[in-house]
Amino acid sequence: MPTIHKTTFLSMLLLSLGLGVAVAQNGGASSGFPTPKNDFTASEQRGHGLYLRYCVGCHGVLGDGEGENAPYIDPRPRNFILATFRCRSTSTGTLPTDQDLENSLERGLVNSNMPSWRPTTPYDRKDLVAYIKTFSPRWKTEKPGTPIEIPAEPEVTPERVKAGEALFQKLECWKCHGVEGRGNGPSADTLTDDQNRPIQAFNFHDGTRFKCGSTDRDLYKIFMTGLDGSPMPSFADNVKPDEAWDLVFYLRTLQPMKTKAKLIAKQLGLKPINPAGAPAQPPANPENK
Amino acid sequence: MASRFPRSVWAAILLAFVVVGSLRNAAAIPAFARKYGLPCSACHEAWPKLNSFGQTFKDTGYQLMNDRDEPIWQNPSYWPVSMRITPHWHYESAGRQTVDSIPNDPTSPPIEKTINTSGFDLTGIDILTGGTLAKNISFLLVPSISSADGTVGFESANVRLDNIHGSPWLNLKFGKFELDGPVSEKRIMALSGVGGAYQLYHFVPGGDVNDFTFGENQLGVELMGHSLDDHTRYALSMVSSTNGNLGLVGGRSYDGYIHVSQGFMAGKLGLQRVGAYFFSGFRPTFFLTTTVGGVSTPLPGTGQGNRSFYRAGAYASIYLGRFDVTGVYQRASDNVFLANGVAANNGGGLPIGAQGVRWDTGTIEAHYTYSPKLFFLTRYELARITRQSVAGFAPSDLGDADVITVGYRYYPFMHSRAGLAWHQEFATELTKHTSDTGLDQRTSSYFMGFDFAF
Repeated sequence: MPTIHKTTFLSMLLLSLGLGVAVAQNGGASSGFPTPKNDFTASEQRGHGLYLRYCVGCHGVLGDGEGENAPYIDPRPRNFILATFRCRSTSTGTLPTDQDLENSLERGLVNSNMPSWRPTTPYDRKDLVAYIKTFSPRWKTEKPGTPIEIPAEPEVTPERVKAGEALFQKLECWKCHGVEGRGNGPSADTLTDDQNRPIQAFNFHDGTRFKCGSTDRDLYKIFMTGLDGSPMPSFADNVKPDEAWDLVFYLRTLQPMKTKAKLIAKQLGLKPINPAGAPAQPPANPENK
Repeated sequence: MASRFPRSVWAAILLAFVVVGSLRNAAAIPAFARKYGLPCSACHEAWPKLNSFGQTFKDTGYQLMNDRDEPIWQNPSYWPVSMRITPHWHYESAGRQTVDSIPNDPTSPPIEKTINTSGFDLTGIDILTGGTLAKNISFLLVPSISSADGTVGFESANVRLDNIHGSPWLNLKFGKFELDGPVSEKRIMALSGVGGAYQLYHFVPGGDVNDFTFGENQLGVELMGHSLDDHTRYALSMVSSTNGNLGLVGGRSYDGYIHVSQGFMAGKLGLQRVGAYFFSGFRPTFFLTTTVGGVSTPLPGTGQGNRSFYRAGAYASIYLGRFDVTGVYQRASDNVFLANGVAANNGGGLPIGAQGVRWDTGTIEAHYTYSPKLFFLTRYELARITRQSVAGFAPSDLGDADVITVGYRYYPFMHSRAGLAWHQEFATELTKHTSDTGLDQRTSSYFMGFDFAF
């Protein structure tokens, strides 16, 4: 046998042998594309493979937020079995829409370990959402809530900014977020999530993005739907839609960004609120985002 | 049968069964979570090949941009360091090598013989450290320890200012880095002696003294930018004409490089990309010398008589679900003095008919990612010299090369703290008329081993 043929033959033989064993090893649940289940749709099946590729390290095989990295992550990964999601367009207590979940995947969650998965395809994100929904029985018995209506954003005016400031005081936002919105209100140190884990109030002075988006509409949505699973309630029953926009404008004055609201606040000489009886504020915690 | 197949081959077959068969899923018992806690498969199609998420992460300066990128967010015990090495067994066959017909007898007539060798071996060790020094300031440092002599080299050492003025279109890298090429040789999926380097980046016609190697990391600066979704990318580099060698041992000239590419989503198929690049540079053809005792010695750093060369190419990277294929076409040209190894101050030294050399390379590399744990690769490369360094020097296809590589990698587990791959590969190269008697030469490599990083 000529040398080249012998070399090629032997190499191919070895490749085949090793490959055969690897394929055998790689079958079933260890493959990353696990054995199909009869009750999985094609989308859920694809989502399962993607989940194992991208998500399992934090959210865990069972979707319970107890992946191998979970002990080292703060805030802790979401527990999909509870089907409680913060970033929704739907009323508090209801399930989010698929689009809400896809938006979270695409946007990522700032100040957490959850990155933006924008580089994946929209189809991948749809499949991932389909699979994530298999973790909780809630998705079988409940339908997602109806997205809230968000009225058109009005023009920001000095009156609206001042009205927003008054709301900030009246709704006692300062108790958690602090009179300057630095996340250091008198209740800040006592806050826990729905699994009794400590949680920090948002510091408006640190960054321009919120956990659930960065636009005025996103901010509107946050306090009209609440962040389920966190101490941030929905104010839909306490605040009229028009008032909610006032609060949006006021909160924008607290953030380190150039906005018309911020300019108005400067012209008004807006000072931090001074709620009667509010205790002295501790210094801002730089890690308190 | 036993006499036809060496014992080592049978031992290798047995080993393949034993080691691959013994692999099982491993449960991770972490000492501490690595920086982002993502499994290898999040950023790598199969490591070291990046997927689109990993490419975006790299392009944003090893940042996920979720305000958890700064070192202050890390556990103080976290040290951003990884090491990679590949213990392996390989078989090398080099055809038509000229040897003395009687060993140790210089008077014996030379003959051509195929030289085969095999055995256990190690690759060099890469020590990979990278990450962020602060928000939007990232770094990469890769000391590399040679397996041959234990010397330490610096494969990469750079600092990058990311998102200058808050724009992903402005990122400035300074130091030693890999050029932003159409395919990354530092992330090559083939490891064998023949398949472990791209002809695209390394092919040079015989006699050409240009030391530029696209695949080697270069010293200089890079201005790089990309759209938020990383679909549109550009890179501009200016590097010293030293091929990444330290100590200013060449001349004082600089080389320039530009690369632009555009990606687009094609439905469920994934991210497709097309791009083009151009590299142009100079190389000295002689050095100032000093003569002591009748011996002339070139003085490092005094390169003179610069002559030009270029590499220009276009490529497409196509994803069809789990199958992907990348095709690269490149034209290369070296000045006549570089091509013939003649000093530019010695024009009379050029042979009659001397001319600049030009060649084309084509690369097609295909992968099938069966799962994040099982990855197949194949590659075909050809190099065709379209203008030899001396006109009329027969035959016209002297030095042309064809290389085929096939292999697979199996990753028995997938988590965020370490990676292990069982790698098997075969690659073979045919070069035309390159033996001393003008016959074709074939060189083949078979490689199998454990590639691990932690």
